[in-house]
Amino acid sequence: MSPSDLGAIWLTLKLASVTTALLLLIGTPIAWWLARTPSFWKGPVGAVVALPIVLPPTVIGFYLLVVMGPNGPVGHFTQSLGLGVLPFTFAGLVVASVFYSLPFVVQPLQNAFEAIGERPLEVAATLRASPLDTFFSVVLPLARPGYLTATVLGFAHTVGEFGVVLMIGGNIPDETRVVSVQIYDHVEAMEYAQAHWLAAGMVAFSFLVLLALYTLNPSGRRR
Amino acid sequence: MNTIHVRFKLAYPGFSLDVDLDIPGIGVTVLFGHSGSGKTTLLRCVAGLQPVAEGELVVNGEVWQDATTTLPTHRRPIGYVFQEASLFAHLDIRRNLEYGLRRVPEARRRVGLKQAIDLLGIGHLLDRMPDRLSGGERQRVGIARALAVSPEILLMDEPLAALDLARKQEILPYLERLHDDLEIPVLYVSHSPDEVARLADHLVVMEQGRVVASGGLTETLARLDLPIRLGEDAGVVLDGEVVEIDANWHLARVRVGSGQADSHPGGPVSLWVRDSGHPVGHRARVRILARDVSLALDRHDDSSILNTLSATVVEVADDTHPALSLVRLDVGGAPLVARLTRRSVCGLDLLPGKLIWVQIKAVALIG
Repeated sequence: MSPSDLGAIWLTLKLASVTTALLLLIGTPIAWWLARTPSFWKGPVGAVVALPIVLPPTVIGFYLLVVMGPNGPVGHFTQSLGLGVLPFTFAGLVVASVFYSLPFVVQPLQNAFEAIGERPLEVAATLRASPLDTFFSVVLPLARPGYLTATVLGFAHTVGEFGVVLMIGGNIPDETRVVSVQIYDHVEAMEYAQAHWLAAGMVAFSFLVLLALYTLNPSGRRR
Repeated sequence: MNTIHVRFKLAYPGFSLDVDLDIPGIGVTVLFGHSGSGKTTLLRCVAGLQPVAEGELVVNGEVWQDATTTLPTHRRPIGYVFQEASLFAHLDIRRNLEYGLRRVPEARRRVGLKQAIDLLGIGHLLDRMPDRLSGGERQRVGIARALAVSPEILLMDEPLAALDLARKQEILPYLERLHDDLEIPVLYVSHSPDEVARLADHLVVMEQGRVVASGGLTETLARLDLPIRLGEDAGVVLDGEVVEIDANWHLARVRVGSGQADSHPGGPVSLWVRDSGHPVGHRARVRILARDVSLALDRHDDSSILNTLSATVVEVADDTHPALSLVRLDVGGAPLVARLTRRSVCGLDLLPGKLIWVQIKAVALIG
């Protein structure tokens, strides 16, 4: 395996880790709100969160490119902060990945929160626990299977992205060239052996991740 | 000081709650009514689990809710027992019990964890997870967990309703111990006449979100304007004390009624019941159904009836069937209700103030 292959693997793992961590932080309040709000906006917000499941990655990539580009509103903002523009940087890739993998984190969390229901929260309140205390002492432990699912799916889905990366990140070694792009490059260059190594590695990785998910998290065990 | 003032107004489509009520700050108050009568909603209002815009709640002098302030649930010194025990599935029994306890400042702890565990008899369950417990055991843990926060008031929402008869019988004695051993006022929601008869000191009857009666148990059950059916029949529940055991005939004598017994023409009022093994001095409760009480103008010592007492007619009212009347009697300060045919009422010429002999066919000792 070439140094550029290893670089791509390292970059992919880094991107997926950072993205997953951010997604758990961002996804928790969104999922909590979606699980509990009686608001009219639950439907529209839920639909927006789910959009990346159905949209072609190129569409997401295209709009992010426009919005974060030098003439887009986010681009203006980042430039005024002296940060330059996000496309074709690692940070830009993280932002894009967060959008792209959002539903894969929010939906398992939302399901887990909904499954807990109102009662344990009421019980905790009658036992003197404030809402924040309740979240950490009751909700988080009870939602642990949901967090495991969300982490695994968020991580794996980010590892598997290709279209968005190409649109927003291009193909810069050690900056935006992740494994899926590297495979594409190998195939373009007719380097099928190298492509095989990485592609087979992806298959094995994905299988192991899903295997772990399904064995560690048997559904229907809890009442 | 020792009262709980409750005023709540709440309306949503198809249901409204409008309650303005003072209940004693000691003893067990049962909120009794059919499902949909608003009793659980009222309890949730007291706990702060049900948001109400208009309400006032003062518990033993402390304002929990009024026009300007509303204490959130976790700041109210309550204990709450839900219909299903609702134990935390991720914690073992010990940590379930400690969950609330650890959040109560040490200075405010009055009920020890050990006391709660002993009272409910759950010492052998501490290391188990909730899903390894039977329904009855879970509910006992739920009650102990609520007690362990040293509540100033214990709120219980039909704690026995989800259990079968055997489990109910398993828990009732613990609830009675609670009643006897702890000086915590209890607000207890129930639609079970049996639980009312066994546990209540004070009875609040609810119907369609309104309070239709509130008062001492004996007094409220004896009211003829709203005969509350305990089970299939109207009747009264009297508090008394075992004063004599007749080992020969396996009978116990229970003295009931208030202190005015001496002024009663028949002497202190006491009833013979089957001996259930309670010692002399045991506080006992008896239930007498209206259909088991008959009246006579003369004393008959030549009948099979064991309990014959002299009484005064207080009130005569119509029963639900046009052939029947309900007669309220005073027996040495203790109220009784008798169901008679209207023809008998006419034949005996029963009017308020008349002296009469009461024959009681059956007296049930209920703990």
